[in-house]
Amino acid sequence: MTENSRASATAPAPEGASPGRSRAHRPDFAHLWDRYGILGVLVLMIALMAVLAPNFLTLDNAFNIARATSINAILAAGMTLVILTRGIDLSVGSNVAVSGIVAVLLWTGGMPAAVCVLGGILVGALFGLLNGALVAYLALPAFIVTLGGLTYLRGTAYLLTDGQPLVADDLGYQLMGNGFFAGVPVPVVLMLLVCLVLWFVLRHTRFGTEVYAIGGNPEAARLAGIKVRWTLVRVYLIGGACAGLAGVIFSARVMSGQPTAGETYELDAIAAVVLGGTSLMGGVGTVQRTLIGAMIIGVLSNGLLLMNVPFFYQLIIKGAVIVLAVAIDSLKNWKRS
Amino acid sequence: MSTPVMELSGISKRFGAVQALNEVDLQVASGEVVALLGDNGAGKSTLVKAIAGVSPADSGTVTWDGRPVTISKPGDAQRLGIATIYQDLALCDNLDIVANLFLGAERTVLGTLDELEMERRARALLDSLSVQLPSLRVPVASLSGGQRQIVAIARSLLGDPRVVMLDEPTAALGVAQTAQVLDLIERLRDQGLGVLLISHNMADVRAVADRAAVLRLGRNAGDFPVQETSYEEIVAAITGAADNPVTRRTGHVSVSGTEEA
Repeated sequence: MTENSRASATAPAPEGASPGRSRAHRPDFAHLWDRYGILGVLVLMIALMAVLAPNFLTLDNAFNIARATSINAILAAGMTLVILTRGIDLSVGSNVAVSGIVAVLLWTGGMPAAVCVLGGILVGALFGLLNGALVAYLALPAFIVTLGGLTYLRGTAYLLTDGQPLVADDLGYQLMGNGFFAGVPVPVVLMLLVCLVLWFVLRHTRFGTEVYAIGGNPEAARLAGIKVRWTLVRVYLIGGACAGLAGVIFSARVMSGQPTAGETYELDAIAAVVLGGTSLMGGVGTVQRTLIGAMIIGVLSNGLLLMNVPFFYQLIIKGAVIVLAVAIDSLKNWKRS
Repeated sequence: MSTPVMELSGISKRFGAVQALNEVDLQVASGEVVALLGDNGAGKSTLVKAIAGVSPADSGTVTWDGRPVTISKPGDAQRLGIATIYQDLALCDNLDIVANLFLGAERTVLGTLDELEMERRARALLDSLSVQLPSLRVPVASLSGGQRQIVAIARSLLGDPRVVMLDEPTAALGVAQTAQVLDLIERLRDQGLGVLLISHNMADVRAVADRAAVLRLGRNAGDFPVQETSYEEIVAAITGAADNPVTRRTGHVSVSGTEEA
């Protein structure tokens, strides 16, 4: 698993690393699996669905999958940072509802579309900031803090809407959910943008290195002079901002603020992160692999739908695939050590 | 012997009823490896922590380059040029060697990491230490214990220290790995650094140390030139078997040189 880490994602060492001395540089099967295994699973699944499911392999359906995946992928991208620091954020699903509702409320309150979009993202970021502050400065367990967030944010969503969907037929920012940019659905563009930005941040900034360092060895990070708490706050803030953006997209797609929006989305996001090979123990994983993990879930759901597999079976199959994928991954590590 | 970079005199430290350090003197000069020896509980770690500023001494004076200084927090020691490498190495296993070397002190250009510059500097540093590592871009987790120790030592050198303190650097290492670390310690000395080596291992001490400063029950129990002193004499000082009026005198009279036991 170590080879998944950010470390080996860089260019191969230019100096003549004597062959055989470094395990990481032997192009053996385990190494290839580490690098491209998850991509292989995605390709395999697409091939399988192309054979089994009617109308699967069309451009329209590809956009369908990508659009359906976009919200989960954006949540999962933010979740990747949180999990890299050994944390978890269970509140993102409820955060989707609250930030979407706030965006719609801003619109019905007469605000310009841009303010609604930014307002929704900001609300999501603020709740992320609150989570992060509680985790970092009060040293409360992330699981508990964000479990509380899951509950009180859902309550807030009901409170803001009086329990009823908040419909806005003339929603000014509905492009965020239903529009196209250069022929590509806007949510898909946003998904790719978020992943690109977070990839860059993790890979090429000091903050990114700090995230990995905290996940690898928090004590060493502290001794090296990293402001661990401040870094953690920023990580949860980014996770919250992703939830805010996802909430805005959701509300734009359904052109309303739904108090029930995003229920169990946090679990789908965690599943995508874990499928992508990010360790729940922190320190290992990347956003691009999370994106692939989210795509796998999307392709599977879409394929099962097209095959008319009953919904109950869909759930069972999806759950089994997630467990199986993680089991294969840990089995491989176990065999190697 | 050249004038000492770091000179401690009369260092005392008390934890409740326990006098952990009692009027301890110690000198480290440039280009010198001083072994700090003593049985468990002799006060070695307490002295190291006092020097590193982690747990400052109650009394006593520290002289740096001939002028008195105070070390009351870790930052003070670092600013003076004292680097401490603790036993639990404080490396991030998931990061590669370059990232570990520059952790907390990354070089950036326009807000982004300057990987090329860091890698170049890392290679120059490791080359100057004649250290062979398979690749600078492998996660530290895949290195041997000796290589990890070397990375930890190399990292401390980025701050251009003048005195390096190593706490039991070979305690968990095999024979070949120990030799690598000892080689590195010799190179540090050749580069003019003062090295304070805390060790239980007499073989290591005999291999690289110039002097052996012995602590016993929180007091100085002798200061020996390693090459001219027998193994038995040093062990006797550590265990207190040499506890006779002569050594007792040298224990509290500050003598930097040598004496026959």
